[in-house]
Amino acid sequence: MTTAQMAHPADAPGHEAHGGPGNHDMGEIQAFGFWIYLMSDLIVFSALFATYVVMAHNYAGGPTPKDLFELPAVLVETMLLLTSSAAYGLAMVAMHKGDPRSVRLGLMAAFALGLGFLVMELAEFHHFIGIGAGPDRSGFLSAFFTLVGTHGLHVTFGLLWIVVMLVQLSSKGLTAPVKGRLTRLGMFWHFLDIVWIGVFTVVYLLGVVQ
Amino acid sequence: MSHSPTDNAGAAVGTVKSYALGFAASVVLTLLSFGLVMGGALPRLPLILTLFALAVAQLFVQLRYFLHVDRSSAMYWNLMALLFTFFLMFLFIGGSIWIMYGLHERM
Repeated sequence: MTTAQMAHPADAPGHEAHGGPGNHDMGEIQAFGFWIYLMSDLIVFSALFATYVVMAHNYAGGPTPKDLFELPAVLVETMLLLTSSAAYGLAMVAMHKGDPRSVRLGLMAAFALGLGFLVMELAEFHHFIGIGAGPDRSGFLSAFFTLVGTHGLHVTFGLLWIVVMLVQLSSKGLTAPVKGRLTRLGMFWHFLDIVWIGVFTVVYLLGVVQ
Repeated sequence: MSHSPTDNAGAAVGTVKSYALGFAASVVLTLLSFGLVMGGALPRLPLILTLFALAVAQLFVQLRYFLHVDRSSAMYWNLMALLFTFFLMFLFIGGSIWIMYGLHERM
């Protein structure tokens, strides 16, 4: 990889031929930058997963995963998040076709399904705290609330971001910067789905198995 | 020159078909995971290994069909960053488990 090649996207001659004056490439560079952020976020989650795995058996005489976790509810949560991710994918297809109405529809579906996931998670947390299984009960529960709560916080910010993009879609339309933001939001949304695979496998399923 | 490794970096495009395929595969893998645990047919160790295999399979499905990570030149640097992150995760999680379980056994 030479320096000349590295510099290619920004200043290669004849580049304006495809895409606007730099906007096209700018979006791609920003998408790659956002990807690097997602990788650093994955490091954050790996630290939380490591903590959880180490703390998973420290019940301090309190409730165990078997006592607490309701797998059918977790399955519904998983399906909500997965369907939300797929709905966002359809919004991306509509975006590349230049169809703002379908983009709005896809974003609204992704938002509703994501909100459903978040409400179920908060109901679970509320229930746990209500029966005395809050984050202060044991090492296992501290690690559980930290890991699952951090994922939930990401979903919350993702939902906020979807609202912001719905507003921008109405006020600005499908401009190049809006498309770039929608692309990065999509990466964020699918990324949260991938982290959830780890959560439902390691925390919920393996928690009930042992 | 039109397809240098940094062209389209991180912003590949999917189709309705690819999203539907990824969604269907993810649903099947998720149902298999939950079904195996809720059904309780497998003994403990094979069950745990199968759950990890299903999770890794779904990870690949979602990376491929939702995030469009593949071996194309457009995704080269995305893939490199991802592989390096996996290496770091292996160090963090594997190292933590190794150290803490070793400590546990000596106490």
